[in-house]
Amino acid sequence: MSAVVTESPETTKPGLREGAFGNATALSCRECGHQVALGPFYACPECFGPLEISYAFPLVTREEIEAGPRNIWRYKALLPVPSDIETSPNTEPGFTRLLDAANLAAELGIAKLWVKDDSTNPTNSFKDRVVACALSAARELGSTVFACPSTGNLANAVAAAGARAGIKTVVFIPSNLEQPKQVNSAIFTENLVAVDGNYDDVNKLASEIAGEEEGWAFVNVNVRPYYAEGSKTLGYEIAEQLGWRLPDQVVIPVASGSQLTKVDKAFQELIKLGLVEDKPYRIFGAQAEGCGPVATAYKAGVDAIRPVKPDTIAKSLAIGNPADGIYVLDIARRTGGAVEEVTDEEIRAGIVLLARTEGIFTETAGGTTTAVTKKLVETGQLDPTLETVIINTGHGLKTLDSISGQVGPAATIAPSYDAFKATGL
Amino acid sequence: MSVRVRIPTILRTYTGGDSEVTAEGATLAEVLDHLDANYAGIKGRILDEDGKLRRFVNVYVNNDDVRFEQELATPTPAGAEVSVIPAVAGGC
Repeated sequence: MSAVVTESPETTKPGLREGAFGNATALSCRECGHQVALGPFYACPECFGPLEISYAFPLVTREEIEAGPRNIWRYKALLPVPSDIETSPNTEPGFTRLLDAANLAAELGIAKLWVKDDSTNPTNSFKDRVVACALSAARELGSTVFACPSTGNLANAVAAAGARAGIKTVVFIPSNLEQPKQVNSAIFTENLVAVDGNYDDVNKLASEIAGEEEGWAFVNVNVRPYYAEGSKTLGYEIAEQLGWRLPDQVVIPVASGSQLTKVDKAFQELIKLGLVEDKPYRIFGAQAEGCGPVATAYKAGVDAIRPVKPDTIAKSLAIGNPADGIYVLDIARRTGGAVEEVTDEEIRAGIVLLARTEGIFTETAGGTTTAVTKKLVETGQLDPTLETVIINTGHGLKTLDSISGQVGPAATIAPSYDAFKATGL
Repeated sequence: MSVRVRIPTILRTYTGGDSEVTAEGATLAEVLDHLDANYAGIKGRILDEDGKLRRFVNVYVNNDDVRFEQELATPTPAGAEVSVIPAVAGGC
């Protein structure tokens, strides 16, 4: 990757207030290093590569963070948000529980295991974190419409945050989306638009609208650099909740790969800021076999990711052409982790396993992560003697259809004591 | 074969601000060559040094992603719409 030397960009776009994006200084291309001013930009004008936020962090102490609110804004100095972010209505997600998962650990043969449980966020998924950061960016950029293409979690998070903020929201979904998922978003917004096509078609349409319409902030398109930074808070929280130290191993689901790259970025920032001790850690990616382009590339030992047509029950992981896939490969290889994939049957078993060992009803992405963790132990890729964290990205009520045929009554009996005794329960 | 080409915001500096232009060609490769003849330099933004589609660009011919078709050899019939879109994705 050749670094392009560019002139220092203007650090603020005309019309932006001072400190609109906190300690962020510019948008930098991950591929070629080209820099552009902070604004509603997401693709490098030189090479189309993804733009990432660059910062000039001040000295930040553990005490300052600990004195902050019990949500992601305790890390506001490390996010592209203004210092007065807490005065703007948002869903205030984050600081979710880090559950000591002793039962699951025993079941998998891992010495020490925690589940970072993001199913307890305001709309029951990690998406509330990224959307909160996107909403702040939309506000600062003067956007009048808050929008996204989505099949589930993101739509819920955008519609709810927009309702809190009093900003018009428009959510685009594939028209064949299951009714319960439509209700989950439509309850928060009157502007749910069903598109005749699959998720890729909806995503493409969103990109086209974002390029044409003034004042529209599509969270995962034109304000994507700000949005994506929200996932860093998962990494910050894991470290803080472990007593300001990094775990040895983390297992994270991979769709576009963004979340995994941001957890790594968070760990690196914490080390640089002196908030945690520098130590080795391994990051593992979890995919479904029905959409495992990153796992396939990892196992083949290649850098290029061949796009696939997704076919899996893990619909939130069904990104056939993952934008951050190559960076996931880099991180897995650099940290000594891996990217593994599991079948739909293993995903369902993973959902049941987490529910029956820890009382957490996870969505298909979490079932994937649990099942991949099991497979990583069985195949000797994950060291069971090391402290491990797995990320549960969302709640199982979002993906009931995937599991409803798997669980049910152990018996159907007459309303009599004898019938009950006959069950042997 | 005349086709319509949708130009993304970051390439409109080449087309004088136009969001849609016309081009000639029986395949995507020919269309891109024709585009470059009219808007010098635009092809180098879409293709890399090896002449392959850049990693973070998606190109569609009539809503079909050319990566699942025949890449640069994908046919572009008369009246087709070619869209050049930066690659983004939802999910985790």
